[in-house]
Amino acid sequence: MRDEPLVLGIETSCDETGVGIVRGHTLLADALASSVDQHARFGGVVPEVASRAHLEALVPTMQRALDEAGVTLADVDAIAVTSGPGLAGALLVGVAAAKGYALAAEKPIYGVNHLAAHVAVDTLEHGPLPEPAVAMLVSGGHSSLLLVDDLTAGVTPLGATIDDAAGEAFDKVARLLGLGFPGGPIIDRSARDGDRASIAFPRGLTAQKDLVAHRFDFSFSGLKTAVARWVESRERAGEPVPVADVSASFQEAVCDVLTAKAIDACRSNGVRTLVIGGGVAANSRLRVLAEERAARHGIAVRVPRPGLCTDNGAMVAALGSHLVAAGVAPSRLDLPADSAMGLTEVSVPG
Amino acid sequence: MLVLALDTATPASTAALVEVTPDGLSGIAERRTVDPRAHGERLAPEIAAVLADAGLRPRDLTAIVAGLGPGPFTGLRVGLATAASMGQALGIPTYGVCSLDGLGRAAGPGRVLIATDARRREVYFATYVDGVRVTGPEVARPADVAGLLYGAVGGALPAGLLIRPEDRSTATAAGKAAGTADGPAAGKADGTAAGQPETAVAGLVDRAAGEGALKYGDVFGVPVEEHLLYPPGAALVALAADRIRGVAPSEILTPLYLRRPDAVEPSARKPVLT
Repeated sequence: MRDEPLVLGIETSCDETGVGIVRGHTLLADALASSVDQHARFGGVVPEVASRAHLEALVPTMQRALDEAGVTLADVDAIAVTSGPGLAGALLVGVAAAKGYALAAEKPIYGVNHLAAHVAVDTLEHGPLPEPAVAMLVSGGHSSLLLVDDLTAGVTPLGATIDDAAGEAFDKVARLLGLGFPGGPIIDRSARDGDRASIAFPRGLTAQKDLVAHRFDFSFSGLKTAVARWVESRERAGEPVPVADVSASFQEAVCDVLTAKAIDACRSNGVRTLVIGGGVAANSRLRVLAEERAARHGIAVRVPRPGLCTDNGAMVAALGSHLVAAGVAPSRLDLPADSAMGLTEVSVPG
Repeated sequence: MLVLALDTATPASTAALVEVTPDGLSGIAERRTVDPRAHGERLAPEIAAVLADAGLRPRDLTAIVAGLGPGPFTGLRVGLATAASMGQALGIPTYGVCSLDGLGRAAGPGRVLIATDARRREVYFATYVDGVRVTGPEVARPADVAGLLYGAVGGALPAGLLIRPEDRSTATAAGKAAGTADGPAAGKADGTAAGQPETAVAGLVDRAAGEGALKYGDVFGVPVEEHLLYPPGAALVALAADRIRGVAPSEILTPLYLRRPDAVEPSARKPVLT
C-alpha cells in the first residue's frame, strides 16, 4: 500500500472545486466544477461567490470522482486537501469537507501546500521528478520560482511577483482591450494574429539595478499600466487599436521575463529540469519560448497538459500520494486553512 | 437512533450527540468552543471528542442535523461542509434546520426575540411564540428590528405576536406593564408614550435570547436570557425529530445567507493618461 497509496485530493483555493484520485503516480479520476462563469461580469474572482459555489459543488464533485475511479471512500488510504495559500473562505470549505470525509471514513488527512501540489502533478504525466528541479508556477494568483530539493520535505522559494500575478496581468489587459474574462486563453488566441515585436512593452525587474535585489522576482503591474497608456494614447488620437498586436506584444513581454528568469534560476542553481505549472503554463507562447531557451542550455522543460496546469484535485492527490509514500506524518483534525501558507511547509505538520 | 448535530452559525462551534427514540430524545454529549474565527479548526476535533466521550464511532450515526444559519458566511459554511461530507461518506441523511429556531425552541414558552450577531452592526433575528417561529429570519440593524416587526404586521398576523402599527403605543405600554415585571434591561427614555426607546421590542416580545440580543440588549429593551446565547444541539435535533424518525430523504444543506455577496461590477476603465 505504501508504494502505491490510493489518495484522494480536494482543491478549493480559488474558483475551481476539484476532487482527484490517484493510486501511486497513476491518475484515476479528476473531477472539476468551476465557478468561472459567475465571476466573468466582475472581471475577476469574487471570493464570496467562489466560496458559495464550492459548498454547492463539493458533494457532487466528490461523487463524480469516486464513480470515475470506481472506488469508495472506505478504499482510500488518505485524504489530502489544499490548506493554502489561496482565498481564505474558499480554502475553508475544502478543508472542512476534507475533515468531514476523513472523520467519517476514519482516514488520515494531509493539509498540503497548493504551490507544491502544482509541482507534484507533473509526476502523474512525466514520472518521478529529478531533484533538484526548478519549478515556475504562474497563475491568476501566483507567480513563483521555486527550488525543489525534495517535494515531500520542503521547497525553497527563489522569487515571486512583487505586485500582480502573471495571470492577473492577462486578465487586466484582456479587460482593457474589451476581450472578456479570463484573460489568459483570450489573449493567447488574439495574439496569434498579431506581431509580438510591434510594440516594445517594458520587462519588469530586468534592469541591472533591479537584478541585485530582485533577480528571481517578477513585476507585472507596470507592464499592465504601460499597455493601458499605449491603448489610451491611440484612442485619444482617434486611431484604431490593433488588438492582435497589443495582445502579442504584451504576451511576449510576460513570457520573455518569465522564461528568462526561470532559465537563469536553473543555471545559477546547476539544475537541469524546469517544471512549469499554473494556469499561465497553458499559454502557447510561454511553452515555445521556454523550450527554445532551455534547449540552448541543456535544460529539460516539463509542462503538464493544460487540464493539469490549472487548479484541480489531481494535483492535491498527487502530492498527498508522495507524502504517504515518503512516510510523512498526517496533519491533525485541527489543521487550519492558511491563506498565506508559506512554502517551507509542504504539508501541515501533525 | 444516534444523531450528530452541528452548528457554526454563531461564534460558537457546536457538536452534539443526541439519541432520538420513538417518543423523545436525550442528549448524550456536547462540545462547544466560542471563537468567531476558529470554526474551521475547532469543529472537527469536537466531533471526534463527542464520539470518543460516548465510546462510539462515526459508523454508529443514523443522521446528521446541521444549523443552516443565518450566520456569518465563512464560519457557517464550515458546519455545513462538514455535515454534508460526513453524511455522504457515511451514506446517512442530512437535515437542515434554521439555527435561530434552535435558540427559539430552547427558549420555551412565551414571546421571544432571538437575535445573533450578523457583524457590520447588524443582527440576524426571528421571533417565536412558545418555541415556534412567527417572523423572520431576517437581517437588520438592531435599531430597526422593532420597526421591522411592527411593519411586518401588514395583513395576516400570527396569533399572539404581531400587532398593527396603530396599536403600537398601547401594546408597548402594555408590554412594559405586564410582560416585564423586572423592567427592561436598559433603554433610555426618549419621550415615547411608554418611556421605551423607539427601538424597544417590548410590545412584541417578553424577552430575548441569543448572543446578538445580549450585545444589543440596550437597544431592544427587553430582558435577555444570558444562559441561552448559542443554539443547543439537542434543540436542533428536536426540530428535525419527525424527519429523523420518518427517515425522510436527505436534504441538500443550503445556507440561509440572507445577504448577497459584496461584489461590484467594474465601472468603466479609469484613464491612466493625465
